[in-house]
Amino acid sequence: MVAGATRPRIFHECTVLELIVISTLNGVLFGMLLFLLSSGLTVIFSMMGVLNFAHASFYMLGAFFGFQLTKWIGFWPALVVAPLLVGAIGMAVERYGLRNTHKHGHVAELLLTFGLAFAIEEIVSMIWGRSPLDYRVPALLDFPAFTVFSTNYPAYKIFMLAVSVAIFVALLIVLKRTRVGLIVQAALTHPHMVAHLGHNVGRVFMVVFGVGSALAGLAGVIAGPALVTQSDMAASLGPILFVVIVFGGLGSLPGAFIASLVIGLVQTFAVALNGSLASAFGPLDPSAGPSALADIWNVTIAQVAPIVPYLLLVIILIVRPMGLMGTRES
Amino acid sequence: MMRKLTLAIAVIAPMLGHVAWAEDAIKIGYIDPLSGGGASVGEGGLKTFQYLADEINAKGGILGHKVEIVPFDNKTNPQETLVQAQKAIDGGVRYVTQGNGSSVGLALEDFVTKHNTRNPGKEVLYFNYAAVDPAMTNEKCSFWHFRWDASSDIKMEALTNYMKGIASIKKVYLINQDYSFGQSVRSDARKMLTAKRPDIQIVGDELHPLLKVTDFSPYIAKIKASGADSVVTGNWGQDIALLLKAAADAGLKVNWYTYYAGGAGGPTAIKQTGLDHQVFQITEGFANSGNQVAMDYEKAFRAKVNMSLWYPRAVNEMRMFKAAAEKANSIDPVKVAGALEDLKFEVLDGGTGFMRKDDHQFFQPIYISSFGKLAANEPFDEENTGWGWHLVSKIDTPQAMVSTTCKMTRP
Repeated sequence: MVAGATRPRIFHECTVLELIVISTLNGVLFGMLLFLLSSGLTVIFSMMGVLNFAHASFYMLGAFFGFQLTKWIGFWPALVVAPLLVGAIGMAVERYGLRNTHKHGHVAELLLTFGLAFAIEEIVSMIWGRSPLDYRVPALLDFPAFTVFSTNYPAYKIFMLAVSVAIFVALLIVLKRTRVGLIVQAALTHPHMVAHLGHNVGRVFMVVFGVGSALAGLAGVIAGPALVTQSDMAASLGPILFVVIVFGGLGSLPGAFIASLVIGLVQTFAVALNGSLASAFGPLDPSAGPSALADIWNVTIAQVAPIVPYLLLVIILIVRPMGLMGTRES
Repeated sequence: MMRKLTLAIAVIAPMLGHVAWAEDAIKIGYIDPLSGGGASVGEGGLKTFQYLADEINAKGGILGHKVEIVPFDNKTNPQETLVQAQKAIDGGVRYVTQGNGSSVGLALEDFVTKHNTRNPGKEVLYFNYAAVDPAMTNEKCSFWHFRWDASSDIKMEALTNYMKGIASIKKVYLINQDYSFGQSVRSDARKMLTAKRPDIQIVGDELHPLLKVTDFSPYIAKIKASGADSVVTGNWGQDIALLLKAAADAGLKVNWYTYYAGGAGGPTAIKQTGLDHQVFQITEGFANSGNQVAMDYEKAFRAKVNMSLWYPRAVNEMRMFKAAAEKANSIDPVKVAGALEDLKFEVLDGGTGFMRKDDHQFFQPIYISSFGKLAANEPFDEENTGWGWHLVSKIDTPQAMVSTTCKMTRP
């Protein structure tokens, strides 16, 4: 690396490339975090047909449990224990909540998870307060893993990436290649037949819901230190999860994987772009004369970055309602 | 004997806290975020005001009335603020205080003004301790609004006066929150930097959503790619903490000229970046200001509340409220408002400030400080980092004044 003072001039041509490389890395990383979250949601949906509104709340619970357990027993044990706890809570919700409302149909289930999301947020803020917690990256991973174009890439982010990929592979294998996966999938489409074959369908659902919640919890434990751990984290991430699973195709794991990456990349690159309608249509610029359109005209892509995923959601619902990899319209 | 006893009781009783309070307490409605992205600063502010109320009450309250802080959570949302303000007023509140978010501040100012027009005899005063959009004391000014924080243009004037003299600043990146305050910071910075240092290049001008971004890495990548050597930002709350955190993670080495780097989480992130005295903040006072009275106050505050005193202006606000009420010999908002106008006041960190009658903006000495390793005479660190704020430049009241376009309608 050239010394800092002379760097900008010498590497000036590289800055665009630099921005692309760094944005790609950031986008993939954000995408993988989204996947870690949406994997649990999509598994639950594909198995049980329940759109779990409280999913992001389980993610938040994971982060807060992770924070508390890290204080008591250290980060690495917390990484295992916190998701298990969240999973246990998820199973309890299925066993004592969803199973009872199931007979009243999907709307009742939906409303249950909807109410649960609010309840969890209130309980969390009663226990831990509403301020962000000081949840730190473990010392073992608190170093720059590598440097590209003089930008450090924290080891912790690589760790997040590795965990997400591992979870994706493990889930695919379990669902597609094992006997457990076979029973789970069969229980979805033919619950009575599976029950007649001697399997406890209720328990299958309970475990699936627990695993889905535990995945969200795991995402919370590892995302907590990297992002913010506070009582509104569920509300800030919840909506985008639905974008991911609808975009990818409801219930499709590979679809969710691709959608997560696409949304992660799109959002990151949108931030990196400075273009606006004004710069694209310079000579036609209405701000040359007084116009109410001038505001819209001068908004940069970076400014609208946060709504780009929702725009994608609308477009995909119009063009391909079943989503990227979805098989049914639901 | 009996007389002595009575005298002793009269002297001791207030010390024991058994003050004979006047019938009605003065309720101050604290309307600020207690949930959501602004919660960290909102909770800090609430603790500060409660401490200040306790302090006033321990000395007999205001004209014998007990001061009570009543919290209302507005979620940094203007709409919610009006609901909460109405709730406060219905609950007997005649004084509201708010600080976080000029979008909220503007809505509240408008609401209070309308309320007072429609309800003569039941006027409400709005004490603003942190919403710094210049509009609030210019085109949108109101007789019912008083601001103790320096407005955004005062801060930018002082900040750019300091930056003017730093020859190494060549390329500046602006990143701000996308709402009224952030936009005023960006346009002031552009205007003043161009006027004072035409050679400085503005290599980026970013607006991002208010309190919504959880990971600033993409923005940091952009700052890095721009080749900027300095960043100017008015970000507050989690938006400054997370911005600095992402910069620390990416190893971005620039100078930061900020309004609010000292807020919750900021100091921890700066320590992580290792940017020793390269992050600057502009405030009306800070822990290591060197003023003995203020430093003793800081010590007592930290011991009791377990946080740094972010808002010396809140101290000024409450003390001036008391002074004005005593001057008017009334707790009636209209009379207090009259007494506040042109009131001169010795501020916590030393020096005289005054509440200008023309626009109800408080003018006071302003400090630029940098964050880093502490000198021997600087006892206060932040967030247990071992680093703290160090005086860089002090701007006295006459140099920290701006003109106003306010044409105030008086009752």
